[in-house]
Amino acid sequence: MIENNTALQLEIAELMVQALNLDVAAAEIEPDAPLYGSGLGLDSIDILEVALVISKQYGLQLKSDNENNHQIFSSLRSLAEYVATHKTK
Amino acid sequence: MQKLPLITHSALNKTISWRKGAPILVERFLADVAYLAATLPAGKHVLNVCRDRYHFAVGFAAAMVSNKVSLLPPTHTPEMVQQLQAFAADVFCLHDNKECDIALPKLSYPVIPDISAQPQVSHPKAQQLEIPLQEIPQIDAEQLAAIVFTSGSTGTPVPHKKSWGSLVSNVLAQSERLELDSGTDYTIVGTIPPQHMYGFESTVLLPLQSGNALSSEQPFYPADIAAALTDIVGEHILVSTPLHLRLLLDADIELPKLSMVLSATAPLSNALAHKVEASLKAPLIEIYGSTETGQIATRQTTKTEEWQLLPNVRLSARDGRFWADGGHVEIAVPLNDVIEPLENDRFLLLGRMQDMINIGGKRSSLANLNHHLNNITSVIDGAFFMPDELSHDHVTRLCACVVAPNLTAAQILAELRTRIDPVFLPRPLLFVQSLPRNSTGKLPRNALQKLIIQHMLANQEECST
Repeated sequence: MIENNTALQLEIAELMVQALNLDVAAAEIEPDAPLYGSGLGLDSIDILEVALVISKQYGLQLKSDNENNHQIFSSLRSLAEYVATHKTK
Repeated sequence: MQKLPLITHSALNKTISWRKGAPILVERFLADVAYLAATLPAGKHVLNVCRDRYHFAVGFAAAMVSNKVSLLPPTHTPEMVQQLQAFAADVFCLHDNKECDIALPKLSYPVIPDISAQPQVSHPKAQQLEIPLQEIPQIDAEQLAAIVFTSGSTGTPVPHKKSWGSLVSNVLAQSERLELDSGTDYTIVGTIPPQHMYGFESTVLLPLQSGNALSSEQPFYPADIAAALTDIVGEHILVSTPLHLRLLLDADIELPKLSMVLSATAPLSNALAHKVEASLKAPLIEIYGSTETGQIATRQTTKTEEWQLLPNVRLSARDGRFWADGGHVEIAVPLNDVIEPLENDRFLLLGRMQDMINIGGKRSSLANLNHHLNNITSVIDGAFFMPDELSHDHVTRLCACVVAPNLTAAQILAELRTRIDPVFLPRPLLFVQSLPRNSTGKLPRNALQKLIIQHMLANQEECST
């Protein structure tokens, strides 16, 4: 399970780097560093773009489950967990 | 002195908002406004950062009935908050977020008891109640209702005062143009914050002044937009941006029927406009305006590329640019776009003036961003650069070149983050030996562009070898 998520994390990191043309290698993105704001430096426009790519790739729709839209994007780990739970393909 | 009503709904049991799947009636709204007004601290200026659009509307109305002014800055960075405090020392922050970290005296949006609940009002067959006139607050048209800030070019935000009368006449003109006063009850759902001038007008003032309802939500992901629309019974209007509309269509999810779609912040491509109308089966109306002028023109993009001014607003050429005045625009305002006037009240929009930046509806100028970059200690020289836009519907990001041998990229970005809105952070941030300034110290755009291309090519080679 842990192994799967590590692979998924890298896969998602690669999607992100590609979609946003980021100046960093996918493997360098720390699983627990914040993606939003001060960490990787994504903002809400990036998050919407990445959400679209992820929804196509894994057949899911991201939803804000609470007041904080960026909760799912708090780290690569939490994003991968969300995808692992909700993916349909 | 002319007085104008806070809201124009015709009865106390009309719906003024939808929140968490249930309607909120005018009576409850008025009670909430009165309750909150009695709770506000003494300061005359309010920074209303409520995310819930109903909370924002109650906060704005409560401020007005207490003769307070709402401040709407372009961003909430620590530096901007400090500048607001320098502008108005008594400013306090009204918020509805437990984690609000704005460094001002704070008031959390209170839990307001529902003292207005009357069984005959909630009964579906209740007769429409005549509103006693004294229950709808009447606001002096000349009262200063809001001060909206733009980021300016010297690092200090520029205030633009909005009287209640000018705000009302602006959205009444919009309501007439969109034919929202036809007797149908609409609920307006917005993907943009109420604190942005476009959101303030089209998702807060417009429903309050056209007898319609506002959705409290600020849906983020496409699925959230669909859910916000599905939760509301009746006719819907979606107020959005080219970016959100493109992503909503790309997400390919089922949406309930819409009556109209509004878009602003950047011009929409003709292709996306056709796609929106075909998929959402509703007319798409684009709105043109600015923080300084409010909205001044509209067009239905699938029918014409010509913009039509709102009634009484005029454009005139002076000092090499166009100015808007008339109607709700009380003092002539220079526009930041290149315009080609046509017959009567029509014009074409040809593009932005060189120095102006608009990313995802956030506006700044290169002068302002350069000011902040060069104000960082140990930055010897630096300049932002806006690449040519590939498409209106995609967001193009800024680059910056910096001469700062003693700093890292992370240090510079962290400094910038406290000063400018994160959408303007440079990608990439390039470290250079010097900037190609000419003998007068000016930095020609094409020289900077050449330097950036050289650097990016060199970096690519480094990566591939």
